[in-house]
Amino acid sequence: MDFISILSIFVLACFVGYYVVWSVTPALHTPLMAVTNAISSVIIVGALIAAAAADVPGAKWLGLLGIVLASVNIFGGFAVTARMLAMYKKKEKK
Amino acid sequence: MRRFLLAAPFAVLATPAHAATGEAVNPWVALAYLVSGVFFILALRGLSSPATSRTGNRFGMIGMLIAVVTTLVTHFPTVTQNGTSTNDGTPTFLVLPDLFSASEILIAIAIGAVVGITIARRIAMTAMPELVAAFHSLVGLAAVLVGWAAYLNPGAFGLLVPMDTIGTDYSLPMQIGAVSKIEMGLGIAIGAITFSGSVIAFAKLSGRMSGSPILLPARHVINLGVLAAIIVLTALFAMAGPSETMPLIVAMTVLAFVIGFLVIIPIGGADMPVVVSMLNSYSGWAAAAMGFTLGNTAMIITGALVGSSGAILSYIMCRAMNRSFISVIAGGFGADAGAGGGEAKEQRPYKQGSAADAAFMLEQAEKVIIIPGYGMAVAQAQHALREMADLLEEKGVEVKFAIHPVAGRMPGHMNVLLAEASVDYDKVFELEDINSEFAQADVAFIIGANDVVNPAAKTDKSSPIYGMPVFDVDKAKQVFFIKRSMGGVGYAGVDNDVFYMDQTMMLLSDAKKMVEEIVKNLD
Repeated sequence: MDFISILSIFVLACFVGYYVVWSVTPALHTPLMAVTNAISSVIIVGALIAAAAADVPGAKWLGLLGIVLASVNIFGGFAVTARMLAMYKKKEKK
Repeated sequence: MRRFLLAAPFAVLATPAHAATGEAVNPWVALAYLVSGVFFILALRGLSSPATSRTGNRFGMIGMLIAVVTTLVTHFPTVTQNGTSTNDGTPTFLVLPDLFSASEILIAIAIGAVVGITIARRIAMTAMPELVAAFHSLVGLAAVLVGWAAYLNPGAFGLLVPMDTIGTDYSLPMQIGAVSKIEMGLGIAIGAITFSGSVIAFAKLSGRMSGSPILLPARHVINLGVLAAIIVLTALFAMAGPSETMPLIVAMTVLAFVIGFLVIIPIGGADMPVVVSMLNSYSGWAAAAMGFTLGNTAMIITGALVGSSGAILSYIMCRAMNRSFISVIAGGFGADAGAGGGEAKEQRPYKQGSAADAAFMLEQAEKVIIIPGYGMAVAQAQHALREMADLLEEKGVEVKFAIHPVAGRMPGHMNVLLAEASVDYDKVFELEDINSEFAQADVAFIIGANDVVNPAAKTDKSSPIYGMPVFDVDKAKQVFFIKRSMGGVGYAGVDNDVFYMDQTMMLLSDAKKMVEEIVKNLD
């Protein structure tokens, strides 16, 4: 993709982010941080590409290490968010 | 160019990985990353209410699964073997799936999964701020690693362009494009700052390092100098020839790690909500920068979402303290004010009460508003507090919880703790929604909060917290203030007039013990 297409996606996504995040209820700001943490680990895509290319060993090992770090974040981030969100509930009417 | 004979079904999918720049990206792959990005938007959208939030989190997982599977399929590791010659005598090559490398990747994912899930299950809810800081540091470091991997093996990432100025003559030697180098440099620099900054934030939040600001002399000059050096090095790196780039990128990476440390060290413990939000934002920008490098839609959308999310949270936190973002980042808050507050202090009379007194008056009340603060988290008093609220409600008392945006050590910290103690979220209110109700409240019950109820923020122009929105607890008929001792002042280091008001009763004890005592007296 050329730079301008990528830039367009980026700028529009910033606006989407702005409106979506303002609509997040303040009570869920901690889960918001945990889940943004998990999704920003989509950087694992880069680590996977590096690890899959065996022609430069240094890059491959950096990639594998990157996969481990990003996976900790992905699994940990989503799991801890799920754990937090499960606690937000209304009490049963007695 | 040598021709590849495609021998395995994987190999068909594997070709785009090593394709030279300029070759069209498989539209299905681009579409898959776009869908993944849309799922991430839906994940955040779900958080607009607790009822939809769990579905949102699942959308996030689906988005991640799509991104990872798409990458694994399109970049399946391959090995090239010599094949049979074709009729015209040119040698051919067999591209076979490399199952060994593939299993290494799966093992790496499995290690991360086990570690991540174990941590997520075991972590105490009160430790959430340091966990988030630790997770941020991992994203940052991963960004640095990916940036470096792209630098060392640009071919795998499709970053190579011919060395001529037009960029179309593929017979010339190849190098990394200048734009790619800037994006890569930014990704590495932001990632490194996120990493080292988050490590310091983690150390401060978890008590491994003193929460008080550490002030280096001339720190602003040093920081600006280092920042300028990083920018200059990135520019030089982008312009340098292939053989000259290594020292530049090494120096740039090292300096970026250093400035992350330097920027966070002078920031005090209670400014951590801003710092954690800011680092959240940085981790997003790092992902976005790498997304630019790879031309990957999912990464760019996610990076933009996370970047704006963190920036908005930082803004909300700063607004809730009436401080500019610059003044928070400049650091040192609380250190100077603490010294000034000490000398002006005189002994003023205050009323001290016991748990029995408090329990008696709470029972008589019609409406009680509870204001939790960081002290409640430290004392782990949330469960006892919920028990107290339940008992009061059984006796017909209306109980509400009031939460200041900067209460605790990260945005929404108090809400999570109350949710953990299974307080109904309908009873938990934000500052602006509940502040007018203090006039009708019989008791304002302050537990572990201080600066957020200090009337000096409204009246005393010389106070460091002047202008910060605070709870109007002075309007309540009675104020109960749970505090460990009269000695300590809040984070801002200013004395609090609420202690000395006629209607205030100080309950001097550990927050959890005091609430448990009150619960006993209520039974």
